[in-house]
Amino acid sequence: MLTFIIRRLFLAIPTLLVISLIIFLLLELAPGDPMAQVPLTVPPEVKEKMRLALGLGEPLHIRYIKWVWQFFVVEPSVLIDWLTRESALFGWLPDTTLYDGQLRVLSWQTRSPVMDIVVQRLPQTMWVVGMGYLFGVMIALPIGIYSAYRQYSIFDQVGTFISMVGFSVPTFFTGVLLIVIFSVELGWFPSIYDTTLVVNSWDSFMMQVRQMVMPVTVLALFNAAQISRFMRSSMLDNLTQDYVRTARAKGLSERAVVLGHVLRNSMIPVVTVIALGVPQVFGGAIITEQVFKVNGLGQLLIGAIEANDLPMVQTLTFIFALLIVVFNLIADVLYGIIDPRIRYD
Amino acid sequence: MTDAAASSPPRSQWHDIWVQFKSHRGALVGAVVFLAIVITVFLGPLVWTADPTFVNIRARNKPPSFEYPFGTDQLGRDMLARMMAGGRVSISVGLTAMSLAITLGSTVGLLAGYFRSLDWPLMRLTEIFQSLPLLPLLLVMVTLFREPLAASFGPERGTFILIVGAIGVTSWMATARIVRGSVLALKEREFVLAARSIGTDDFKMILRHILPNVVSPIMVSATLGIAAAIITESALSFLGLGFPPDFPTWGRLLYDAVDYMQQYPARVIWPGVAISLTVLSVNYLGDGLRDALDPRIRGR
Repeated sequence: MLTFIIRRLFLAIPTLLVISLIIFLLLELAPGDPMAQVPLTVPPEVKEKMRLALGLGEPLHIRYIKWVWQFFVVEPSVLIDWLTRESALFGWLPDTTLYDGQLRVLSWQTRSPVMDIVVQRLPQTMWVVGMGYLFGVMIALPIGIYSAYRQYSIFDQVGTFISMVGFSVPTFFTGVLLIVIFSVELGWFPSIYDTTLVVNSWDSFMMQVRQMVMPVTVLALFNAAQISRFMRSSMLDNLTQDYVRTARAKGLSERAVVLGHVLRNSMIPVVTVIALGVPQVFGGAIITEQVFKVNGLGQLLIGAIEANDLPMVQTLTFIFALLIVVFNLIADVLYGIIDPRIRYD
Repeated sequence: MTDAAASSPPRSQWHDIWVQFKSHRGALVGAVVFLAIVITVFLGPLVWTADPTFVNIRARNKPPSFEYPFGTDQLGRDMLARMMAGGRVSISVGLTAMSLAITLGSTVGLLAGYFRSLDWPLMRLTEIFQSLPLLPLLLVMVTLFREPLAASFGPERGTFILIVGAIGVTSWMATARIVRGSVLALKEREFVLAARSIGTDDFKMILRHILPNVVSPIMVSATLGIAAAIITESALSFLGLGFPPDFPTWGRLLYDAVDYMQQYPARVIWPGVAISLTVLSVNYLGDGLRDALDPRIRGR
């Protein structure tokens, strides 16, 4: 198992490099000029200096290699320094000074390190998206299990229909619909997610809950629809297997058969689907964040695209790609751990 | 063989598929609804001849009436005509992007499955594409390449080419994997060996023997691909990164209506329902096709 993980980690490195190169070249081929917003009255030699200050003076390959160095060496060293110095988790370790003042990936909009802004925006995305996914999984599993167990019952038919609807209705429409019903008509929940809210009392906590209800519902419904379909079909595959008949024949209770035997075996593909879905959710949450004005990573990306802030776009897109690669690896490893038939060695 | 079986005419494969498809009620309803939407959207303008871009500022924000069945928008443009024009664009984008993705995916899948030397590089390419964050990349592609394409092909056609190309290039991977799997299994069958032993060359082999046998997985992923492409296009338009403002699509209509959501919620509902209904019907159609084309399920 360990050799498999190590081999996969080494295989992931070229994949990540190719992906980062694709993103880099795509941004590089784009015709937009980062100096387009600078007034015409600025003399050409000053403009040239501004280009150099943005790091545009070097040829293509040098800039790419520098970005790779900054992302894989400089930024992690900053992170490790911070972890050993200030964080609660690793603060007890001796302070490290890996970061020696090298240039970090700087945003063209703010001239501050991209990763600092990402760290500021991350909690909003994590809360909304994470809760949405968690609730989605929690709704999906029981529905999938029960509708497979009672296949073609009323519950199954209604459940399948609702999951088909949830899977087909795009999140930007569900979000807007919820706003129309619950904010505009009923006035129960705020339509805009206020990230400046500080939770320090019961009232502010309730306010936080109220503003999270709608975005979390939208994401949870969408994810639940997809996962419950997988759960149902995986349960159906297993319910007709011979071992189920054997388990019943030896007199096990129905509960032990379904929850003990069938569920455990059906969870094998579902767990990997859940793991593979995490990065998709981050990417897809861009739309939900935009609907509810959550200033998380998705909004940061859209703002950066509109402002032609290439280092920010490059880094953010690559972080999304990194998430996909990492969760693919996690799914593979999980598969090996929970399915005893699969041995990678 | 019994007499009854001998006297009845032989049933063709397509007849079996149709029988199975008919028994899937959702799929049948989905097919009818999707056809109805396509017919309304493409032939509707012959009946309802209002111009979707005609600005009539005196008749703005009208509620639904006999003259304007869906009401008018903030510039007095007829919503029914705009919905039909938007549907035309959304469905055309869906169909064209799907065709592009299916062509790419089937080609990659066929080549990877059939030629062993191409398998490794093509599958690594597929994996890399599957690891790309698609929505962020689509947003980047659309923003960065909109202006030059609009300059060379005109704003509408340029955006159309860009969006169809971007969606097509980022959604072929699943098809490629499915087709490759089927081709790998087919290659070991006796009829391929028979065809090879009478001297069929690779090109003919793929065209005559392999391709017809992988049509069913391709058809299923094509159907589901239409739905995915329509959703992606609407999402791009909803984020304000799709077609230009005076060129309606369902996503764009929804995006424009969000600003007036408080006063005129109906304007948000119409395009949203149209997108959802189309995608829902196409998904049901795909589900039914999958069951009908799968010989293991058929006849049960």
